[in-house]
Amino acid sequence: MTERLVVNPIECDGHGACAELLPEMITLDEWGYPIVDGRPVPPALDRDARAAVSACPTLALRLLRS
Amino acid sequence: MTTAMRGTSAEGTATDLPRLLPASQQPQEWHAHAARYGGRVPFRGAPGRLIPDVREAGLTGRGGAAFPVHRKLEAVLDAATSRRKTAVVIGNGAESEPASDKDATLLWLAPHLVLDGLQLAAEAVGADQAILYTHADRRHDVGRRLEQALTQRRQAGVERVTVQLAQAPPRFLSGQETAVVNHLGGGPSIPTFIPPRPSERGFDGAPTLVQNAETLAHLALIARHGPRWFRQVGTAAEPGSTLCTIRRADGTARVTEVPLGMPLRDLLGPVTLDGAVLIGGYHGTWLPVAQAVQLTLDNHALQAAGARVGAGIVITLPPDSCGIAETARVVRYLALESAGQCGPCLNGLPRMAAALAELAGARPRRQARADLERWAGLVTGRGACHHPDGTARLVRSALVTFAAELDRHGRGRCSGTNPRPFLPVPRAQARTEEDWT
Repeated sequence: MTERLVVNPIECDGHGACAELLPEMITLDEWGYPIVDGRPVPPALDRDARAAVSACPTLALRLLRS
Repeated sequence: MTTAMRGTSAEGTATDLPRLLPASQQPQEWHAHAARYGGRVPFRGAPGRLIPDVREAGLTGRGGAAFPVHRKLEAVLDAATSRRKTAVVIGNGAESEPASDKDATLLWLAPHLVLDGLQLAAEAVGADQAILYTHADRRHDVGRRLEQALTQRRQAGVERVTVQLAQAPPRFLSGQETAVVNHLGGGPSIPTFIPPRPSERGFDGAPTLVQNAETLAHLALIARHGPRWFRQVGTAAEPGSTLCTIRRADGTARVTEVPLGMPLRDLLGPVTLDGAVLIGGYHGTWLPVAQAVQLTLDNHALQAAGARVGAGIVITLPPDSCGIAETARVVRYLALESAGQCGPCLNGLPRMAAALAELAGARPRRQARADLERWAGLVTGRGACHHPDGTARLVRSALVTFAAELDRHGRGRCSGTNPRPFLPVPRAQARTEEDWT
């Protein structure tokens, strides 16, 4: 089972915590909003991905099973 | 519309157009509708039974996205069955694109065909209520016509599911599928995040079918005449006819019904080969006329040129108008119409509008073009709805199609001699909470 990161752009306020915790898969655009790599999260980054999801203050970042 | 009904039967032969609009161009009351199409709605007797015919017909949504209709019907019916929750059907006549007039024209001239389709769609997904959602601020009083039509239908005893009428606020995003469901549920008329899709969980939490008004009219005719009849016009991959709003360089506009796959050359009328056309409206694509006249009006042909049929809007830019100035006005409007919910759209669209306004003037900074390209890339795919994607598509196509004109502006010149605005843009509204309700 693979999981992908999905951001709900309506909830996202651009706090940027996710990009700090998971720079391998999340970068910030010039306005501070996350650009999320939509490919399956590799096992090595699983823990960091979960940390990024739980760090989001607006609960905008999710891991979706695919 | 010059195509008269030929053939011997009252309805003409299968290849005759128009199918949807009355040839007389006069509003069709119930008795006229009944005389042309038969005085009863061709119900199938149980949910799901119409779906194979719709699949075979190959009908796609005529609201712009061209999604296969049978798949939407199946999704709603499946969700209703598995969740044991009765479905709701919404007929979407909230045609919010300022350049489009086809749904308003259809609802004005042939309301009963749309209402037939609404009843049939309700039966197909087992819905027990239906809503028809339209704009109030159009040339014609569509709401009143629909009220009269519903009274006539009740008197004729053809209505099964009760139809409610509802009005959309005059905003660009009003007709967006999740915005429709959100507003009808008592919320603001702005998009919501997917998932959940309305087909899963829409109006009042029920599996909800949102289907464009023209699509419903085609559905009604497929139920009557069958899929083979439907496929006798159009292309094999994209069958049927479609309503188009054609705006010519001389400022005239008309709504016409054409077969999919029609040569754009025949649709455009008189053009100058060095001009430009806008295909698909304000989320659409500028193309040089020289390229457009080689193409046909179907997604297969248009895709190669980076364009789509969309809601069937085809606009010829007058030769004395500046395409950059026109695009700048439209993008400013689109930026103001952003719901402002998603960061990339909220930040990117106003910046794109400002850069285009700069490019429309004399001697813009060199950086403006590169900024536009970058922002167009940055907003694409990053909204809850496709508003940023469509806006970026329009901007990118303008940068390509009007590249020579942009160079001219860089030298302080402009080939547009007529400063009068051409593309219809409603007066810009400031964003306030009440605007969305």
